[in-house]
Amino acid sequence: MSASFHEKIHVALSDLTLQKTIRTSTQRFIEKRRDVVAPEVLPDYQELRTHANQLKQHTLENLDYYLERLESKVQERGGKVLWCADGESATRAVVSIAKEKGIKIAVKAKSMLSEEIGLNEALEKNGLEPVETDLGEFILQLAGERPYHIVAPALHKSRHDVGELFAEKLGMERSDDPPVLTAEARRVLRAKFLQAGMGISGANFVVAESGAVVLVENEGNIRLTTSLPRVHIAIAGIEKLIPRATDLAVFLKLLGRSATGQPLTSYTSFLAGARRPGEISGPEEFYLLLLDNGRTRILADDEKRQTLYCIRCGACSNVCPVYRRVGGHTYPGAYSGPIGAILTPQFHGAGHEPALPFASSLCGACAEVCPVKIDIPRMLLTLRQETKKVTARELPTRVEKLGFRIWSWVMRNPRLFEQLGFLSKAVLPAPSDGQWIKSLPGPLSEWTGHRDFPPPAQQSFRELWRARRRAGANSANAAVRGNVADGNRNERRIGSRTDHA
Amino acid sequence: MGLSVSLFVTCLVDQLFPKVGVAMAGVLERLGYRIDFREAQTCCGQPAFNSGFTSEARDVALHFLKVFEDAEYVVVPSGSCATMIRHHFADLFRKDPGAEAASRALAPRVFEFSEFLVEVAKQEDVGARFDGAVTYHDSCHALRELKIKDQPRRLLGHVRGLELREMQPVEECCGFGGTFSVKFGELSGDMLDGKIEAIRGTGAGTVVSIDPSCLMQISGGLRRRGLPIETMHLAEVLAAR
Amino acid sequence: MPDRERILHRIRSGLGRHIDQPPPPPPPPRLMVPPMDSEQCIELLLANFPGESFRAGSLADAREQVSRIIAGRSAIASAAPVLLDAGITSLPGVQSGFTDPVALRDVAANSEVGISSADYALADPGALVLLSSSREDRLISLLPTIHIAVVPSRVVISGLDELFTVLPDPAEVSSSMVFIAGPSKTGDIEMKLTLGVHGPREIYLVIV
Repeated sequence: MSASFHEKIHVALSDLTLQKTIRTSTQRFIEKRRDVVAPEVLPDYQELRTHANQLKQHTLENLDYYLERLESKVQERGGKVLWCADGESATRAVVSIAKEKGIKIAVKAKSMLSEEIGLNEALEKNGLEPVETDLGEFILQLAGERPYHIVAPALHKSRHDVGELFAEKLGMERSDDPPVLTAEARRVLRAKFLQAGMGISGANFVVAESGAVVLVENEGNIRLTTSLPRVHIAIAGIEKLIPRATDLAVFLKLLGRSATGQPLTSYTSFLAGARRPGEISGPEEFYLLLLDNGRTRILADDEKRQTLYCIRCGACSNVCPVYRRVGGHTYPGAYSGPIGAILTPQFHGAGHEPALPFASSLCGACAEVCPVKIDIPRMLLTLRQETKKVTARELPTRVEKLGFRIWSWVMRNPRLFEQLGFLSKAVLPAPSDGQWIKSLPGPLSEWTGHRDFPPPAQQSFRELWRARRRAGANSANAAVRGNVADGNRNERRIGSRTDHA
Repeated sequence: MGLSVSLFVTCLVDQLFPKVGVAMAGVLERLGYRIDFREAQTCCGQPAFNSGFTSEARDVALHFLKVFEDAEYVVVPSGSCATMIRHHFADLFRKDPGAEAASRALAPRVFEFSEFLVEVAKQEDVGARFDGAVTYHDSCHALRELKIKDQPRRLLGHVRGLELREMQPVEECCGFGGTFSVKFGELSGDMLDGKIEAIRGTGAGTVVSIDPSCLMQISGGLRRRGLPIETMHLAEVLAAR
Repeated sequence: MPDRERILHRIRSGLGRHIDQPPPPPPPPRLMVPPMDSEQCIELLLANFPGESFRAGSLADAREQVSRIIAGRSAIASAAPVLLDAGITSLPGVQSGFTDPVALRDVAANSEVGISSADYALADPGALVLLSSSREDRLISLLPTIHIAVVPSRVVISGLDELFTVLPDPAEVSSSMVFIAGPSKTGDIEMKLTLGVHGPREIYLVIV
């Protein structure tokens, strides 16, 4: 288990401002989502989730077919499809197009994929200027930080943080007022939009039968990115495909609601290539870059393929009690929250951060809100198994495995189990008067560091059961029932006096 | 009724909270069920399964199957154990068709306690009396895997003298999560803080749950803070008179 | 092996599919069009539209409304037939009839008001559907700070399901279809809502 992962968790939990910020923001998302998927508002919400799950399943189970359909449709309309096996080949492709066309400035719409492959770094290394245009991403670019949340990248930044940042990096007069800061960002970015030769976007959905990409937003930067520059490159993971435009009637009803509690975001763009004869504005050239980067490996796994259904709404993060306490930067890899916890080990290997699949109480809140019904807790359990196999030779795993082998042996031998019970009564401290144990040694100190631990009962259930049988059914029943029924308040506490006296 | 019910009390109840088992047995007997306690029982295997050690979990699950294979009904005072048996045994036995068949055959006969009362015994009023304000904690496995939300509330609704208050937020994890509570103690403790805040917000004197693991976590936290709020299993409330 | 072949090969061997293997039929499209008549759609659209909305009694009335909203500011209009028919393109201060992308872009970037029509308007959830064409340019509803949409009542439909029923593949008719369901906005700074980030901060709808 990585010390730094545990350390990061500890740091996050100790940062009270951060705690308040994430808690408040995610609470807003939770309530807004709840309002718009309520049965009175969207009566067919559960049905839509099932349809979305089935559409994703069908598409991914036949992905080669749909990718080829997509390619032919894009090419039909004069666009080009670039297939990229990994991040490096993707960044190389983008850089080469920019160089070929003599492009210096590339405006970018928010794209988790571009984070994943380190596109900005690659562009900068090659003398190009990538400009993030989503306000949250723009802030992060100025600050040199990674996104904090799939949908709200600058969730962790206060208005004071942003005010300070803009004053320093943009040379503007210090203000902490969001509308003023936003107006400055608009001014600065509008100039970039008008200068840029290339617009790079991601894609929320890629429609195979239309050869089109679909993008949702509230700000308008995606529309500008994909309308003003003469070259538009859309980068998308191969898993983003859906079969038909008509399937958007299902997916668009789920995405906005799950992400930000909006039936539709302010803008939804359905882009099918470069501008056509007759149309005035729009890109002259359209490229669709399809990225593998480990997705085909996940695709091949029957059980974990569903990880690829994700439409990046962020709803899982918003409800996750762990995410809501540690925030996005604690997670290794580009993706955070519950989806990050199952995606990152599959991209980077179970040994990459072995503790990650265990940093969950398996409460299932994520699965409950996932619009495409990914069974995240199940995926976590499978990844836990894989992690133990991958780390089998490491000492901590070997010790733990030995512990469970002993446990298993005990649990298959009821008499041994009972003996162990007697032993624990002898060994563990037995506080008087129904108190619980305040302190335990070794790994169990992690428990008693935060709460009391129950001492073993004076008589186990099986002892009580045997006693009642020995005493004969009638009189023992009365005795046992009497214990419970006498209404003595002390009797009713879990682990009360009569358990331990 | 003459129907027979096998108790699977769970390892936690057997060793730490036997009164829960006693209470559950009492309620069922009062309803006319013949109950048996198969002494060979130990554990459902969940701790190993959740920790990623499937072969160790499998061995224990096989033992469970042997003990309960021919039971008419198995009633469990734990949502997480019932989930393990009904939803995850089949995963463990994918390479063992005999055991897989046995676990699939057993699953429909395994019930969490409140489920059993409401759906099988069809008794929502078990004649209990408990004076005071009570808040109910939804255990995650029971809630989300077994869809147990109404049943305990309906049962509590019929308890004379009991005032049920809902906590806000409701349905949030108490932070137990099995070995999570020890591997990520600080995080687990922080989640527990949130749960205790919600409980205190109701002003109730008692918090009730259907899962001994949640009760262990919550009670541990309440006691550490010296708070005078009682923790009870649903069975204990229903057995009160 | 070029990436294309490598990727397709990995997919096929991972899924156990072979080249040219036809897929099973996809789940049928799910389109549930609610039984609403035109009047009901219009009523709902007026209620849901995320901006001021008006029902004009005539083309002249529509022209009046638009003129009032423009209030003397600089404006650019698309070449949509309804705008020409209503004389909106000839309102003082309104420029239109651009065919050159650079000129259009410059004027749109420097105009305070953009006036467009819409190909469809969705009653639920209250959104405009604009298809890019020679008569309806992308930038007009995007660059200025105010956007006014004038739509004929016959294009008002119930919602997404009806849209994809009448237009199952927008790619056949245009390179760009945009749904406009609100003004440009962000909550990226402390979740505080700010309007007019990159696009218009105010939108208006005139149904005629």
